[in-house]
Amino acid sequence: MKINRRHMLSLSAGAALFSIAGHRSAWADVPAAEKRIMDFAGGKTPASGKITLTAPEIAENGNTVPISVNVESAMTGGDMVDSVIIVADGNPNPEVATFHFTALSGTAVATTRMRLAKTQNVIAVAKMADGSVFMDKKEVKVTIGGCGG
Amino acid sequence: MAAQPKPRIKVPKEAKAGEVVSIKTLISHEMESGQRKDKDGKVIPRKIINKFACEFNGTPVFSCDIDPAISANPYFEFSAKLTESGTFKFTWIDDDGAIYTDEQKITVN
Repeated sequence: MKINRRHMLSLSAGAALFSIAGHRSAWADVPAAEKRIMDFAGGKTPASGKITLTAPEIAENGNTVPISVNVESAMTGGDMVDSVIIVADGNPNPEVATFHFTALSGTAVATTRMRLAKTQNVIAVAKMADGSVFMDKKEVKVTIGGCGG
Repeated sequence: MAAQPKPRIKVPKEAKAGEVVSIKTLISHEMESGQRKDKDGKVIPRKIINKFACEFNGTPVFSCDIDPAISANPYFEFSAKLTESGTFKFTWIDDDGAIYTDEQKITVN
């Protein structure tokens, strides 16, 4: 009995490790996140630069992860940020939030707190008033997931 | 059921014209994601605040479309650049149609 049980434990631990490793490459929401970005960008490929996403490298609690976006812009005339989307590629749904800025915003800066189910990429995409798109991506390692699973 | 959501807002009392001020808002709300299950394995229905907006003297300053991935007690920090004194109006819209509002005055000189 004792040996049997220990054997079972080691087997299941091994199986769990294997399934985690398998999961990473085959997670179904990465295409969903990419589709969300494509829809938002209107078919354009987002360039890097202009936008900075600030997120912790390691989040101990996936229920409240502070994130910040900052887009370089004068916020007047043609140099305006229209909106910024936040996308998470490992959550049950990739959408997190959409920020809408105006000339009264003064700067295109916003901070909020989000949920992360597991270790994943958080992506911020900015759409400027002239239609150009920029993105930034950060991997956040999550110790305890935040989706109540 | 949780208590009536209560907004908490931090806006400076005074600002210089053209200065960029920071505004912090938080509202108490459970933000039930629709992903969780109860003891019997039934999905707890989604109930979140799905929209937040801030206006100044009737002109939009900042707004946000919110998905279930935003944490409970949703917090937003953003900026505003003002040239005149006036009133900020903050609005949160719940999935059940309820609207929560608050106002803050600022003097610009």
